[in-house]
Amino acid sequence: MIKDLIRIKSKMQSPVKGIVTFNKKKFRFSDWFAEKVIKAVAFLSIAIVILIFIFVFREAFPIFKMDKTEAVTSELLVQESYGGTETENTNVKIKDNQLDNSNNNEAPGAKPSSTLLSKTWMPVSDNPRYGLLPLFLGTLKVTLIALLFAAPISILAAIYTSVFAKPRVREIVKPVIELLAGFPSVVIGFFALMVLATVFQNIFGYASRLNSFVGGIAMGLAAIPIIYTLTEDALTSVPRTYTEASLGLGASRRQTAFFVVLPAAVPGIFAAVVLGIGRIFGETMIALMATGNAAMVSINPFDSVRTLSATIGAEMAEVVFGDTHYSVLFFIGSLLFIFTFAMNALAEFYFKNRIIRHYQAKK
Amino acid sequence: MMMNRNLKDTIVESLTGVSVLLIIFIIVSILAVTIAGGWPNLNWAFLSEFPRDGMTKGGIFPAIIGTAVMTIIMAVAAVPFGVITAIYLAEYANEKSWFAKTIRFAVKTLAVVPSIIFGLFGLGFFIGFVGKNIDGLLNGGELKWGQPNILWASLTMALLTLPVVIVAVEEAIRTIPREMREASLALGATKWQTIKKIVIPGSVSGILTGTILAVSRGAGEVAPILFTGAAYFLSDLPHSLSDQFMSLGYHIYIMSTQSSDVDATLPIQFATTLVLLLLTFSLNAIAVVLRYKIRKKEK
Amino acid sequence: MNDIKVKVNDLSLRYGTNPALKNISMNIPEKQVTAFIGPSGCGKSTFLRTLNRMNDLIDNVTIEGEVLIDNINIYDKNIDVVNLRKKVGMIFQKSNPFAKSIYENIAFGPRINGINQKSKLDEIVEVSLRQAAIWDEVKDRLFNSALSLSGGQQQRICIARTLAVNPDIILMDEPASALDPISTSKIEELIHELKTQYTIIIVTHNMQQAARTSDYTAFFYMGDLVEMNTTEKIFSNPSKKQTEDYISGRFG
Repeated sequence: MIKDLIRIKSKMQSPVKGIVTFNKKKFRFSDWFAEKVIKAVAFLSIAIVILIFIFVFREAFPIFKMDKTEAVTSELLVQESYGGTETENTNVKIKDNQLDNSNNNEAPGAKPSSTLLSKTWMPVSDNPRYGLLPLFLGTLKVTLIALLFAAPISILAAIYTSVFAKPRVREIVKPVIELLAGFPSVVIGFFALMVLATVFQNIFGYASRLNSFVGGIAMGLAAIPIIYTLTEDALTSVPRTYTEASLGLGASRRQTAFFVVLPAAVPGIFAAVVLGIGRIFGETMIALMATGNAAMVSINPFDSVRTLSATIGAEMAEVVFGDTHYSVLFFIGSLLFIFTFAMNALAEFYFKNRIIRHYQAKK
Repeated sequence: MMMNRNLKDTIVESLTGVSVLLIIFIIVSILAVTIAGGWPNLNWAFLSEFPRDGMTKGGIFPAIIGTAVMTIIMAVAAVPFGVITAIYLAEYANEKSWFAKTIRFAVKTLAVVPSIIFGLFGLGFFIGFVGKNIDGLLNGGELKWGQPNILWASLTMALLTLPVVIVAVEEAIRTIPREMREASLALGATKWQTIKKIVIPGSVSGILTGTILAVSRGAGEVAPILFTGAAYFLSDLPHSLSDQFMSLGYHIYIMSTQSSDVDATLPIQFATTLVLLLLTFSLNAIAVVLRYKIRKKEK
Repeated sequence: MNDIKVKVNDLSLRYGTNPALKNISMNIPEKQVTAFIGPSGCGKSTFLRTLNRMNDLIDNVTIEGEVLIDNINIYDKNIDVVNLRKKVGMIFQKSNPFAKSIYENIAFGPRINGINQKSKLDEIVEVSLRQAAIWDEVKDRLFNSALSLSGGQQQRICIARTLAVNPDIILMDEPASALDPISTSKIEELIHELKTQYTIIIVTHNMQQAARTSDYTAFFYMGDLVEMNTTEKIFSNPSKKQTEDYISGRFG
């Protein structure tokens, strides 16, 4: 029977056109073209990052350049508005070059960028000051509060699901916690504004309803799923042989968790926290809605604050395209970008290498 | 001593459980508060009407449409690029080459860059650079594209959601067993034929997951569109790509912080939040289920 | 001995710095069944995969030496690997039909070669399934998923899929190791019938299977080719002590 079939087959046209020869490389246009296109598109991710660098920095650059070129003209113009008297001339550039009388006793003709280090953020006054200090302090305060809230709770929850929970519980709890990542930050901000602010005010009895504490807790909520998920990954990727060896030596599950699994996962947990910081640092909507947005220099957690990112969010829509205020906001953006970029690089290269080295050393 | 240690262990172990409960409690609280505050006001009229009387009355119809259109344009831009990049990373990239490493790092960077930075980039690049140049070349300098609109907002959002698509699709592609690729190649298929006929059809659910996650993320984000296209109030729907649009998230933000009478509009704020939350929540739930199925398949 | 189809000269393969194959040389006759046997990890599967350059897909592999098929060195830099694999088909240890219908599984090869005409595809599908002795079992459900079949049927679908491309050589990597005895005997029968038309090279850890199905047998140990001869000779009177030990079940 097979002979007949083969006869049929030999009569059939071979499924492979002509005689297949493999002794010469065939050029296949579609394969060549597909690979080129795919590579080019993949490169786009790199290009976008570079473009973000270029365009955010480009718009920030004028605050340094403006100072030099306009230092001369500002001296001429400064008399017009010196002394705080309102003049008809509301030319933005004059404002930019005005003195920061109240804070710095500097000579006339000081650069607008020199006010970046002052203690006052007051960009839309007659005498605009771009002191980033209160913004930095505010961001730092909120980030710290958020981190102190989110990091322990997320790490503990991750330990629970990866070590203690039964598989069935884990399969439910993990996706539920991960759903928190799907809550838009504007929703969390709204919740903070409507509920948390009132609840905390009732508990602590502070004066301003919206403050760095409320904002920090709310931002912590946004960071929980990130820290939780990455910590969970770090804990579950500890080689099973570690756990088995420990259990085999008679250690309890608890002892194994805290003395074997947790130490082995430390670099991964650090990376998780670092990425959590990046998330909190750049969070805008929650900051806008829940921190009160007053640029104050204070270390009291119950005072209102204004964070770097919230400043961009609140003021960018109202600035004049290309003026100093606009550039200063882009400058803040550049700082945020550099910071998160560095955080990511740290998590990616430093901690990851440590994780790899850690396991290799033990092998 | 032994007792003491056991006690300490027990406390720590219960602390881990308490943490889980606390997180779940917060999630449930957000849901409960939003539902309790928003449900009474959620009706057909609210979904289908324009805001009235200085936005103190009426519905959120233009915000729903604006969000929908924006996320559709966003997905059209982000999904093809995301899928192709994922194919590159999973199928072509030599993990040791600097090119592949740099792409991976770039994708991770895009995933962690604060959303407000995307907003700045959209403003500086799409509006200030691309838009202004288009106006200069095509419209003789008349301002049309060099200002915020739905196209620039959608494209800005597409950059933000690109890593979401890439990660989901790459994960799905990696679950396709190596044996399938080998079977195809052993039959004399080229690499591209294998990708086209085996890899892409096999990762359809992953592409779908990535798209849903991206849409959900894009629908909820506000910071990137603050100054690239979202409008406070519009009496009409956007008619062209150069029009501004209203969005659910932005609507919540302005109503709760900048409304003329915040207390009077509370029902609107809660109901809008509920709509946005239901939207993103259900999209995420679908994605979680899909992803779970993909991971199961892998095992 | 028949004409030589595959001639291997001094072939070595390393994973990184680990040698997996050491200076293998052998001749494989045309239209015969050649079996590779040896304990697991001896390099027999790795060697099989060098014959259609499947190892190219793995990073960090270095290959030295020559493999001549029809007197052409397939490791020459001008070789078209895609067309090579059309000539040298492969059946894998774990049956791996695509998540498509039975029909589409068989039609995959012809389609990628540009055959889209329905009548021609129908013919190729039928003939290939008949050749793989599975036509009668599946003819009524050609458009069901191939994954709905049993393991043994799936493996014969994979064989039919390979036949549809009309190769000269079929490499089989432990094709029956995951199958029950009945399915195994069907595959063995099939191998016996196919050798009238194809050169078949089979890796197996099952010595009875090698003895039953093959004309020639090569014994591998630790990356070395210890001995190759007619199957009869190898199993009745091996010339090397190691071969004898292995065949008599003293290790492995």
